Amino acid sequence: MTQTMTQPGQPRLEVQDLRVRFDTDEGSVLAVNGVSFTLGAGEVLALVGESGCGKSMTAMATLGLLPPTATRTGSIRLEGEEIGGLGQRELRRIRGREISMIFQEPMTSLNPVFTVGHQIGEVLRRHEGMTRKQARARAVELLDLVRIPAAATRIDEYPHQMSGGMRQRVMIAMAVACNPKVLLADEPTTALDVTIQAQILDIMRDLRQELGTSVVMITHDLGVVADIADRVVVMYAGHVAETGTVDAVFANPQHPYTLGLLGSVPRPDLVLADAQDRLTEIPGVVPTLRQPPTACVFAPRCPRADQTCLARMPELTETAPGQRAACVHPGPAEAEQKEAMRV
Amino acid sequence: MSSPQSSSEPVLEVRGLRKYFEVPRSRGGGRVHAVDGVDLTIGTGEVVGLVGESGSGKSTVGKCIVRLLEPSDGEIRLHGQDVSHLPERRLRPLRRQVHMVFQDPYSSLNPRMQIRDVVAEPIRMHGIARGRTARQLVEEMLERVGLPGEMHSRYPHELSGGQRQRVGLARSLVLRPSLLIADEPVSALDVSVQASIINLLLDLQRDLGFSCLFIAHDLATVEFLCNRVAVMYLGRLVEQATREELFKHPRHPYTQSLLSAVPLPDPTLQRQRHRVVLAGDIPSPVNPPPGCRFHTRCPVAELPLCQDSDPQLVDHRRDGHLSACHLVRGDGGAPDVTAPRLATTKIERGADPVHHKA
Amino acid sequence: MSSIAATATVAPARRGSRLRRRFARRPVAVVGLVGVCIVVLVALFAPLIAPYSPNASDYHAILKPPGTSGHLLGTDDVGRDLFSRLVVGTRASLTAGVLATVLAVVVAVPLGMIAGYYRGWVDPVLSRITDVVLSFPFLILAVGLAAILGPSLVNAAIALAVAQVPMFVRIARGEVLSLREQEYVQAAVVNGAPTRVILFRHMLPNILSPLVVQVTVAIPAAIIGAAVLSFLGLGVQPPTAAWGTMLSEAQQYVSQAPWFALLPGLAIALTTLSFNLFGDGLRDVLDVRMRS
Repeated sequence: MTQTMTQPGQPRLEVQDLRVRFDTDEGSVLAVNGVSFTLGAGEVLALVGESGCGKSMTAMATLGLLPPTATRTGSIRLEGEEIGGLGQRELRRIRGREISMIFQEPMTSLNPVFTVGHQIGEVLRRHEGMTRKQARARAVELLDLVRIPAAATRIDEYPHQMSGGMRQRVMIAMAVACNPKVLLADEPTTALDVTIQAQILDIMRDLRQELGTSVVMITHDLGVVADIADRVVVMYAGHVAETGTVDAVFANPQHPYTLGLLGSVPRPDLVLADAQDRLTEIPGVVPTLRQPPTACVFAPRCPRADQTCLARMPELTETAPGQRAACVHPGPAEAEQKEAMRV
Repeated sequence: MSSPQSSSEPVLEVRGLRKYFEVPRSRGGGRVHAVDGVDLTIGTGEVVGLVGESGSGKSTVGKCIVRLLEPSDGEIRLHGQDVSHLPERRLRPLRRQVHMVFQDPYSSLNPRMQIRDVVAEPIRMHGIARGRTARQLVEEMLERVGLPGEMHSRYPHELSGGQRQRVGLARSLVLRPSLLIADEPVSALDVSVQASIINLLLDLQRDLGFSCLFIAHDLATVEFLCNRVAVMYLGRLVEQATREELFKHPRHPYTQSLLSAVPLPDPTLQRQRHRVVLAGDIPSPVNPPPGCRFHTRCPVAELPLCQDSDPQLVDHRRDGHLSACHLVRGDGGAPDVTAPRLATTKIERGADPVHHKA
Repeated sequence: MSSIAATATVAPARRGSRLRRRFARRPVAVVGLVGVCIVVLVALFAPLIAPYSPNASDYHAILKPPGTSGHLLGTDDVGRDLFSRLVVGTRASLTAGVLATVLAVVVAVPLGMIAGYYRGWVDPVLSRITDVVLSFPFLILAVGLAAILGPSLVNAAIALAVAQVPMFVRIARGEVLSLREQEYVQAAVVNGAPTRVILFRHMLPNILSPLVVQVTVAIPAAIIGAAVLSFLGLGVQPPTAAWGTMLSEAQQYVSQAPWFALLPGLAIALTTLSFNLFGDGLRDVLDVRMRS
């Protein structure tokens, strides 16, 4: 795969109408249903949603890491080139080099029997063709980059000798070793303490600045989204509920689900100002789709749902400048709707 | 938030609580100082938050209070009675007064028991009521937590995570204990479900008036629910104050760092905040640092003072706000790690991406 | 009052019917179940099924082959009807097998649970004893014990039970060890439940699945063991009909009347196979549930 410079205006990553279906003993599960988004150079895009919304599956599909029981349709373009239909051999060349991924549990992503240096080095030797010595030197540089103290000695440590935060940093080092264009981060800080999370987010911000990596940040934490992302895609039951810049979506959420999510988080700043005495509840649970929806997927839990909502699943349309939502009643909550949501 | 009623005797009094675990020699030996000297008081109807990260010992404190663990040292007084080392036989009747809500909705209910039997168990164990009276108590409690009658004969696997936590709450409150220990009750739930459980806990506390020790790692939730908050680090309390005081004027450098590390779901605010990023990892509780346990990561630690001497938890200005830091002074001086000169760079959104080398 | 949790989860089918359906989808397991049922029914109604008394000898009809009029499966060396003897012999085998397993379970499971729950000194002591007993091969241990105890059906069952105890202890202990960490056990402690309630009301129902599977494996092992013991003269004594004794009697006539040895051997094999197939099916069906 030739390494091209991103043309100005051309998105680095473009996902169009991605659909993922699993066939299980108990029938099919539609995990991802027509998700589309673009990612520009040096941009951080957040995929946010609760468990079962399909955000992780979207990332796995992008890298071709779906299990054999899954069927994928839709287009995935990396710098204009379609990678969705590539075979395993070509995908192996892209993974780690053009697109890489970090996961939630660093302990299970790192091989316990090899040293940290060996594992980073392996990526460099395979993709960049470095010699052992070159790879080792570059590995030390990378460990430094992710702010691991005494990198030159720690490079010979094993994963179990390191803390969770350190292992996550090693994962990041491995992921950016070959300067990938796109980094997929699947809940990288969920399992970490909040002070360690702050370190990791800081590192990711620096990397974005120094290396120009585009990042897809998958998370359920709205605070993390506000902290690090430029644009956000809110997902629900395998669909995109809303998308837009982070400032726009947080200040003026269009979809009732986004509104509910934002209201469900306790806000110290608001509590102290006596502006939050109850959290917004969204009754019910996230559905598991087995068939394409005939109504809006969120309708059973939505305070605004009416007959139009039960007619068909809404398309993603522009409901405010620069913002798109899949809702026929988008926009800020009306007074009485606000009350209903606050019951 | 119901304010605590004045009552002379505190519901819970913990003094000098210590709990150590021995590490088997095959794994390196040594001793985990899970809890290393904690004092805590909870009054009637008070909700106290206990906050900390991994290794802080907060869960261990909760387990000692309900005597799932026996303290290594110190005393725990429930309504004035010392329960720290009571034999199980004598402890049993006192267990009516204190109960616990657990973290994992998938393992906190017996999969073979219908939920009405789960809630009935405390009634049966303490012989409070039988037959129809018992059934009524159970039904009333399950309705109160939002589970209607037709669900009472269901089994745990037929319920969602949020519904299971409701059952857990019903079980722990059916005997109207005076103290509830909530050990991370919402951490394992989805965000929108967390909200309904937190609201439920709020309502229940207001209606039933029990005292509550709310153990969590999420500061925002603690701040929402609690009257008073205590912060733990490596087995010790580092700060304790009312909710307003702690969040508006935190004194201990760790509390300040913790508060600053929590990202708020507001991009504009996040951009403006001065973030303190602590260096290094949380030290191991097997080998806590000498002197002040936080000094290895503290941005304003003063050597050799902070390394030599272990600060006590003290009410420096006699205003109910306790902190364990040498740099907090009675005259008003206190460290401020979020001051601009120490903060990391301000975050600017939309920085020009660097063209990386092909 | 916070909003009522939407009863969004439709109650899934009850566990029992779900398991039955999954089992029914495995024909091999169903065959096993059918076989087990046949054996049990034959044992229960043996006197009604057997056309002759098992001990009625007829010196005019010695070693007749199967198909001889009046003797469906032939006769043995003293003219006793083989079909009747096989049918009545089912009782001895099944009784020995089931009795041995029940004895083992009743003794081993509480021991294993106590060792797993209390740990302390009970656990290491019991584990070492279990290891020692396990180091003897099953049949040799059973034979040795039966020889010491003296020949009889009950003694045979006891000997077999002792040989089976370690396996059940291991399973019970292992399951309890992992269940101890479940939060519902901790909740029971906080409820003020005494230990016996925790062990029998909370833990036992949740360790049943692996125990049941082990039982379906243990019974056929005990049946074979009982046959071996009878073969060696250490179990049921002649003239009582038992498959093992029949095998022993048939030894010298193998070339003259091969069916004499073949038939009891077949009976043992088919019975054991049925139990094993049924047990496999049960384990497949319960396995997922065990870990859920």
